[in-house]
Amino acid sequence: MASDKEMTNIDGNEATAYIAHRCAEVIAIYPITPSSNMGEWADEWTAKKQPNIWGTVPTVIEMQSEGGAAGAVHGALQAGALTTTFTASQGLLLMIPNMYKIAGELTSTVFHVSARSLAAQGLSIFGDHQDVMAVRQTGWALISSHSVQEAHDFALICQQATLESRVPFMHYFDGFRTSHEVNKIKLIPDDQIRAMLTDDLVRAHRARAMTPDLPILRGTAQNPDVYFQGRESSNLYYDKCPDLVQKAMDAFAKLTGRAYHLFDYEGAPDAERVIVLMGSGADTACETAKVLAQKGEKVGVLRVRLYRPFSMKHFVDALPKTVKKIAVLDRTKEPGAPAEPLHLDVVTAMSEHWKGAAPKVVGGRYGLSSKEFTPGMVKAVFDELAKPEPKNHFTIGIHDDVSHLSLPWDTSFSIEFPETKRCVFWGLGADGTVGANKNSIKIIGEETDNYTQGYFVYDSKKSGSITVSHLRFGTKPILAPYLIESANFVACHQFNFLEKYDVLKNAAVGGTFLLNSLYAPDQVWNHIPKEIQKGILDKKLKFYVIDAYEVAKKTGMGQRINTIMQTCFFAISGVLPREEAIAQIKKAIKKTYGKRGDAVVQKNFDAVDQTLANLKEVAVPSSANASFGLLPAVPAQAPKFVKDVLGKIIALDGDSLPVSAMPIDGTFPTGTTQWEKRNIALEIPVWEKDLCIQCGKCAFVCPHATIRQKIYDPKLLAGAPASYKSVDAKFKEFPGTKFTIQVAPEDCTGCALCVEACPAKDKTNVSRRAINMAPQPALRAEEAKNWEFFLGLPEVDRAQVPLKTVKSSQILQPLFEFSGACSGCGETPYIKLASQLFGDRMYVANATGCSSIYGGNLPTTPWSKNAQGRGPTWNNSLFEDNAEFGLGMRLTIDKQTEYVKEVLPKLSGLVGQDLVDALLSADMKDEAGLAAQRERVEKLKAKLKGSNDAKAKDVLSLADMLVKKSVWIVGGDGWAYDIGYGGLDHVLASGRNVNLLVLDTEVYSNTGGQASKSTPRGAVAKFAAQGKGMPKKDLGLIAMAYGYVYVARIAMGANDQQTLNAFLEAEAYDGPSLIIAYSHCIAHGIDMRKGLEQQKKAVQCGMWPLYRFNPSLAMAGKNPLTIDSKDATMKVEEYIYSETRYKMLQAQDPERAALLAKQVEHDAKTRWEYYKQMAAMHYDGGAAETPKADA
Amino acid sequence: MADLSTQYLGLKLKNPLVASPSPFTETVDGVKRLEDAGVSAVTLYSLFEEQIIHESEELDHYLTAGTDSFAEAQSYLPDAGKYSLSPDKYLEHLAKVKKAVKIPVLGSLNGVSTGGWVKWAKKIEEAGADALELNIYFMPTDPAIAGRNIVSDQVSLVRDVKAQIKIPLAVKLSPFYTAMPNVAQQFAGAGAAGLVLFNRFYQPDINLEKLEVEPNLQLSRSDELRLPLRWIAVLADRVKCDFALSTGLHTGDDLAKAILVGASVGQVTSALLKHGPGRVKEILDGFKAILEQHEYKTVSEMKGAMCQKRVAAPAAYERANYMKVLGDFKTLP
Repeated sequence: MASDKEMTNIDGNEATAYIAHRCAEVIAIYPITPSSNMGEWADEWTAKKQPNIWGTVPTVIEMQSEGGAAGAVHGALQAGALTTTFTASQGLLLMIPNMYKIAGELTSTVFHVSARSLAAQGLSIFGDHQDVMAVRQTGWALISSHSVQEAHDFALICQQATLESRVPFMHYFDGFRTSHEVNKIKLIPDDQIRAMLTDDLVRAHRARAMTPDLPILRGTAQNPDVYFQGRESSNLYYDKCPDLVQKAMDAFAKLTGRAYHLFDYEGAPDAERVIVLMGSGADTACETAKVLAQKGEKVGVLRVRLYRPFSMKHFVDALPKTVKKIAVLDRTKEPGAPAEPLHLDVVTAMSEHWKGAAPKVVGGRYGLSSKEFTPGMVKAVFDELAKPEPKNHFTIGIHDDVSHLSLPWDTSFSIEFPETKRCVFWGLGADGTVGANKNSIKIIGEETDNYTQGYFVYDSKKSGSITVSHLRFGTKPILAPYLIESANFVACHQFNFLEKYDVLKNAAVGGTFLLNSLYAPDQVWNHIPKEIQKGILDKKLKFYVIDAYEVAKKTGMGQRINTIMQTCFFAISGVLPREEAIAQIKKAIKKTYGKRGDAVVQKNFDAVDQTLANLKEVAVPSSANASFGLLPAVPAQAPKFVKDVLGKIIALDGDSLPVSAMPIDGTFPTGTTQWEKRNIALEIPVWEKDLCIQCGKCAFVCPHATIRQKIYDPKLLAGAPASYKSVDAKFKEFPGTKFTIQVAPEDCTGCALCVEACPAKDKTNVSRRAINMAPQPALRAEEAKNWEFFLGLPEVDRAQVPLKTVKSSQILQPLFEFSGACSGCGETPYIKLASQLFGDRMYVANATGCSSIYGGNLPTTPWSKNAQGRGPTWNNSLFEDNAEFGLGMRLTIDKQTEYVKEVLPKLSGLVGQDLVDALLSADMKDEAGLAAQRERVEKLKAKLKGSNDAKAKDVLSLADMLVKKSVWIVGGDGWAYDIGYGGLDHVLASGRNVNLLVLDTEVYSNTGGQASKSTPRGAVAKFAAQGKGMPKKDLGLIAMAYGYVYVARIAMGANDQQTLNAFLEAEAYDGPSLIIAYSHCIAHGIDMRKGLEQQKKAVQCGMWPLYRFNPSLAMAGKNPLTIDSKDATMKVEEYIYSETRYKMLQAQDPERAALLAKQVEHDAKTRWEYYKQMAAMHYDGGAAETPKADA
Repeated sequence: MADLSTQYLGLKLKNPLVASPSPFTETVDGVKRLEDAGVSAVTLYSLFEEQIIHESEELDHYLTAGTDSFAEAQSYLPDAGKYSLSPDKYLEHLAKVKKAVKIPVLGSLNGVSTGGWVKWAKKIEEAGADALELNIYFMPTDPAIAGRNIVSDQVSLVRDVKAQIKIPLAVKLSPFYTAMPNVAQQFAGAGAAGLVLFNRFYQPDINLEKLEVEPNLQLSRSDELRLPLRWIAVLADRVKCDFALSTGLHTGDDLAKAILVGASVGQVTSALLKHGPGRVKEILDGFKAILEQHEYKTVSEMKGAMCQKRVAAPAAYERANYMKVLGDFKTLP
């Protein structure tokens, strides 16, 4: 029983940060999933003046990158502070150079790492040990914790061990599986933390620090004569380290009763088959081994805790002497290596230290990117070991039909304690399901003696995202770090999930099913698909329904049904008596929402009170009589790859895909979002054709390219669906054509930005515009047909479109569509615009962040292509190197174009001199010129085809380079202002013809809104919880200082024409261009529907001046700077206090808020005056030509 | 020298000029300036029912939006331990004002329906208010709601608010009631020790360029005094409670008229916003001059001397007043 008062329900990140913050003086942080929360906790506690165990509040500083954080840590350590940091994945790799230095200088520190996959063929935010293994050579001690409790405990053990051994420690645990699992753990009280750490060692650490009062020198450069000896000089410290770690573990055990060893063996004492592994999988393996051992199998598991220094002696000593076969499981992949790292270590240890006949050692890989690792898989490994010749270098958890390395496993094998309650909840991100479940865990964990576990699975969409919560609770500690495979309780919080997913797939026989249903208990049966009906009948489920949205509506809860469904869960599950459960839910509501005011608390109370009367049990009929089943994930006409591969992922069945289904090099087709009809909008726009002025603004601002315009020949209307709308086009270049605005009803997210942007009002009813929102369900079928017809109409001839106005820009086909970005996203309209203007000749280098996630996260991706098969080609390298990545593309384009141009004249005999001349002198300044050149290139290809001349073959393969290409380097402010700034600066300085688009949300949006150097003064953000004190970095001004960089600061909500001008000018400028685009964001705490309005306010108050700095003007003797916005017409306060990010500081710290608001006003005025003076400067003509990039 | 002191809501005031809610009352310094200028009491700006509810819901909404939906970002804003929302700040401000000035300070609540928010009345009392002014305004737009229901809800609200507090309660009314004396009577019966006539509201204006509605507030003018003047004249001596005249008080003459018809005090805002706190002295000097001119020794002597029941021609406050104007008009050449 877990009734101790020190028990708490937290996740692995918080459990770790809790100790780290108490043991540090300086903490340098930088956000990266899944470690960001540790930094957030540290920042928050420091903001709240939470002291460390020595009574002083640790200093927390956010750096510009993990490399920067490591540098700051190194410096702080050298100056003598107890210093730490948190990171993961490629972030850890950025720390490697400093890690060598810190280890080489034998400096005590602990880094805490939530271990994560590395970006290779694709990026993954989930957990494995690839990052850990990439630093195993740095000279750091590496300690693996295997659960939330261990993460908490080892954070402290490491602190003492590093101080005593002088070896720096990296403490790591599995990303997401441990970092984000909520579990009931025992907190270490402060007095025990104090008792654990030796103050003399802290002072010794300080005594080794640099000080001018006792000067020393480190960081020398050493030559061949001594470097080697120096490298060997610290060997004894590493030799002693394992014993010192064990000493710290023993001291810890004495204080807390929790005993750990460098290697811990569990299972049969006389085991013959042993699995060796580390990380969260060890819990699964140990629990499985115990169950099998009880059944008489001679199996066991050796957990590795101290991985470096790897004490071979301790390892061998920990193995049962009876062992005959060992399987070493590595949660990593080293292509081309003789074996994975832990496997190699074990082989070495056995060969050097095992006495007698050496057991057979095999190795296998498991669990990459949080791939499930279940008891069934553990058993499969034991079973394999039982074979005379067990497979070596196997994989477990996937089906490898390419290299045939995988082991099969029994998916029905289970070791769950029968008395453990297992509950699965299907919800939407927006309905609050996860939050409610986190709350339920706290209630159960804190108000009963039960142990608890919560793990939450999210899809990768930022709008309409699905969440699946896995909750376990029971009387024994829950050591089951894998998803629930057999649930006693399944809740589906969204009725429409039933048509897409078999939510009862994992329901246990005799369990309970709770459904949020708009249909009454006596009607619901006829509205659920056959698979679900069969599931209920076959598994003999008790079936309950509630119309949670109705209750939510009545109680003012809107779309938040969390409290209602939570109340149902408690009422049905019986984990607490009803009265008590309700009292506890209310207590939790008060605790969670109380600080946000009474009204919210009262609203939630009302929802709880009204729930039970509306919760009904369904009398389940005896047969599954539905005439319909689950819908296919993608339509039948989808391409094969989409159906066979992406469709499986959409249907949440990606785990079943074999290795052969995956591209070998991470290459995927574009234009796949069109096949994933998500139907997430409650309302969609409806076009009033008679009111429409055909201005294009609605399509211009649409974040998802779901409202589009076309002009076309009236004859094409033959065969149009009856409700298809069209009017005479008002485009003077296209007389006699028809015009249509069409909405994609199943792709629209319902953000209503189009409605907000529409300037056309009904004169007799000004609330009615040319675009109005209406409920989607009634429109879905008909508009889907209209959409299909619309798509079938030909696109406009680009060569005929005068690209000068917003209106004309919007008859161009968007080649970025239906992304998973937030509904109402402020970034995507800019990207979409670029794709319309330049998409058919566009290279995109995309920095990691929101835009790389909605731009490139599986299953389906939004970058698409036109009818000719052309479209943007896209790639994401890293977060920090995006500018350089894009520059590299430019260099190749330039080089290869140059090569073709060099060779082409030599082929004039074959090609014809006229065509060669025309190809080499083509004017491609406009679409007509581009089209003409494309035609010439086709002629060229036709002439070269079949030639055996080597040069002719080269030119044929590179002929498309003769058509002008457009390189776009896209990313957010975290990239441009912080981590990628060095590269961005260099690329701007290079003079090369690249276009950098900064989608400036003024925070790290993708990782949850951490401050960047773009964050304005006075705004609250994570890592700036007290309101940012320093002003926003003026990136545009820095770039203008080069003189030859095109710079534009834009905000489409304030001036769409200026936005368009900036894109066209930037692309036309034959040199580096930088566009800084105001992107409203959910992290601003605004009504996303009003995002454009916020952009306008930012401009009107002077905080976001609009300008274009065009070096071409300077060449013509004109001032290059054009200011496109007017003097402030609004007070800064009017803008900032319409956003929660600023407003909440008023509620937190009114005095600081007032002070910062004044300073922000001053910042805006000063900058404005400065720009005005720049714009008024006299340029006297004869300016030097823009320097060209060095060849 | 006439005695300017007066009694209002059981409070002894040094003169009958009270500062009503204005930007001056939003800072301690502003209230001190009003005290120094000579007002006898000050009513702080209003805490609104919508504010109490809306701010809480708004903060919750934006802190919750997008949370627990995406693996990399389980929230988007740091959730501070404690928020001091406007209601909390109001109480803090009230307490600070009370410490800084000697004159009585009235808190002010603004709402239309009874509910959980009325407990803020008690909190205002606990923060040190000498009295509470309840500002009632309801804009009926639903044809299905009858006037009597609106009044009955408002009377319940007055009763509920009064039940929260021991300090005196004044109710500030709008002029839009069918049966003003009956309503006044009911409010007094429900616990109002005083009635403030009248509230002025934001009125919508039309932006002709954008075809949008834009509410704004115009400062009052002296001629707006007549409406409250008439109604206080009618109600004084009929309804047992104190009256405060609000709206249109700009001069000493205006204040004198207010007292003559039966008000205990006059409340001033627009004149101070227009001319600054120095205007207080001018108003009081002008008022004193009238007192002296008519040889009133005390304000109470003057108070109500011209209410409807005490004037020679009570009908002058009723329809006859209208007839007389028309009559005058007819006599013009």
